[in-house]
Amino acid sequence: MGIIIGVLEQGLIYGVMALGIYITYKILDFPDLTVDGSFPMGAAVTAALLTKGVNPYLALLVSFLAGAVAGICTGLIHVKLKVRDLLSGIIMMTALYSINLRITGKANVPIFSNETVLENSVVNSVFAKIPVFQNLIVALIIALVVKFLLDAYLKTKSGYLLRAVGDNENLVTSLAKDQGRVKIIGLAIANAMVALGGSVMCQQQRFFEVSMGTGTMVIGLASVIIGTNIFKNTKIKPTTAVLIGSIIYKGCVAFAIWRGLKATDMKLITSALFLIIIVVTMDRKRKVKGNA
Amino acid sequence: MLELQNINKYYNPGTINEMCLFDNFSLSVNKGEFVSVVGSNGSGKTSMLNIICGSIDIDGGKILINDKNITRMKEFERNKVIGRVYQNPSMGTCPTMTILENMSIADNKGKTFGLGRGTNKARINFYKEQLKQLNLGLEDKLNIKVGSLSGGQRQAMALLMATMTPIDFLILDEHTAALDPKTADLIMELTDKVVKEKNLTTIMVTHNLRYAIEYGNRLIMMHQGNAILDKNAVEKAETKVEDILKMFNQISIECGN
Ligand SMILES: Nc1ncnc2c1ncn2[C@@H]1O[C@H](COP(=O)(O)OP(=O)(O)OP(=O)(O)O)[C@@H](O)[C@H]1O
Ligand SMILES: [Mg+2]
Repeated sequence: MGIIIGVLEQGLIYGVMALGIYITYKILDFPDLTVDGSFPMGAAVTAALLTKGVNPYLALLVSFLAGAVAGICTGLIHVKLKVRDLLSGIIMMTALYSINLRITGKANVPIFSNETVLENSVVNSVFAKIPVFQNLIVALIIALVVKFLLDAYLKTKSGYLLRAVGDNENLVTSLAKDQGRVKIIGLAIANAMVALGGSVMCQQQRFFEVSMGTGTMVIGLASVIIGTNIFKNTKIKPTTAVLIGSIIYKGCVAFAIWRGLKATDMKLITSALFLIIIVVTMDRKRKVKGNA
Repeated sequence: MLELQNINKYYNPGTINEMCLFDNFSLSVNKGEFVSVVGSNGSGKTSMLNIICGSIDIDGGKILINDKNITRMKEFERNKVIGRVYQNPSMGTCPTMTILENMSIADNKGKTFGLGRGTNKARINFYKEQLKQLNLGLEDKLNIKVGSLSGGQRQAMALLMATMTPIDFLILDEHTAALDPKTADLIMELTDKVVKEKNLTTIMVTHNLRYAIEYGNRLIMMHQGNAILDKNAVEKAETKVEDILKMFNQISIECGN
């Protein structure tokens, strides 16, 4: 029982991050490694703020904005300096490692504050009767709010343009819009969501650790690929599918550990799982390019 | 008025594959002109269109629109007044978006893409009417992804999308090449209709000599980066498909093949 709740809870929190990766990977067609830095960045900002006694909801907002700035930087490196997508992300990811250390001042920050978005006096009183489900339900609410906001955004004119730029950037140019700017906006939103996931994660586990971002991309991508492939030909929205994919992914990891693998084998499990997923689904995309 | 003045264009400069495509190439197209462009493969037709639209850089010369120098203007800025249909059918539409969504974004060209609803429900009937003209039954498939349409169907949609909003110039690159003869005829008629309705200054590249003769009021033949033939409306009216064919044969004899 405890394990199942843990899997659901973690799956939903990582799901917020995976939704960000869904934007870069599926919509923008931009393999963005910035996320390995922006996920812990959200946690770093949150740890720094919570230890200073700042309101945890405000910490969510600030993390979101910090992630957006990171995404904008990656976008500018790619669009203005014409650095390849993968390299732009790697540059930002590497820079963010040091920036995160600057934000917190040290590599490990425990959070002793009583007030987090998952546990504070208001929430505690609401769940007084069912404390076991408290974190899970709060995580679910956060994940669903983010999902619905993203769904709504993708139906706006700006959202249409974002979808168009990953699909056929040439069409965006035809519409007299700067496709570089649209990409930057997309990267900003994506990394903002990833940092938001990092913030919730930090509040849930009550610590920040500088290398907690390693593998974010792989975990997020695995969730996206699992989710979107399972529900490929169904009426289920891809954003919902990604959240479910994230839960399934966490389930697989929990299963591997239950079968006797150690927690220190985590990254090995992560990459092995990812490899299996890629090979099984053979997820590849075609794309329109050039002016012929 | 659209002008190319003394354009120089090299491909792969500084390599063994260096090739000078345009050497002092000039062309001016008056407002309201409908220019048909023919010419053998590799004669520089697509490159000329790319230069006009700003999709490729030039190595010398100037590009003017209504006497305004746009040589340094970015492609997306030029597109405010240009509608374009490409040789490749997948260039003009978004495959993972539905027909309705594609029509909606095209309809919003020239306006801001803000946080308003992507699809304006009040416009759906208008989109349906537009699609109906194509006679391809697309008006009943509004919620189907464009990626699942055939190349020809996509190309037909691309023409609608390129001409839906107010523009001054229409640039067509073999836009009927991917269509079956009947649909091609239909799309050509539709093209002619929008050009007349909106009084668009048009450049149409085509390998279909019948269309080149039948439509438009000026005819240009390209060869090795030059306009070796330029007939105005009166001369063009007297030109027959056979005359153009003869020209093509003459060129290939001169080239030794
Ligand atoms: N990106 C490029 N790099 C190098 N050479 C190019 C490039 N694009 C075009 N060329 C060369 O320039 C010449 C003209 O090409 P272009 O595509 O303009 O021809 P076209 O008249 O449109 O031919 P087609 O009728 O086959 O479409 C060709 O010889 C081609 O090899
Ligand atoms: Mg061509």
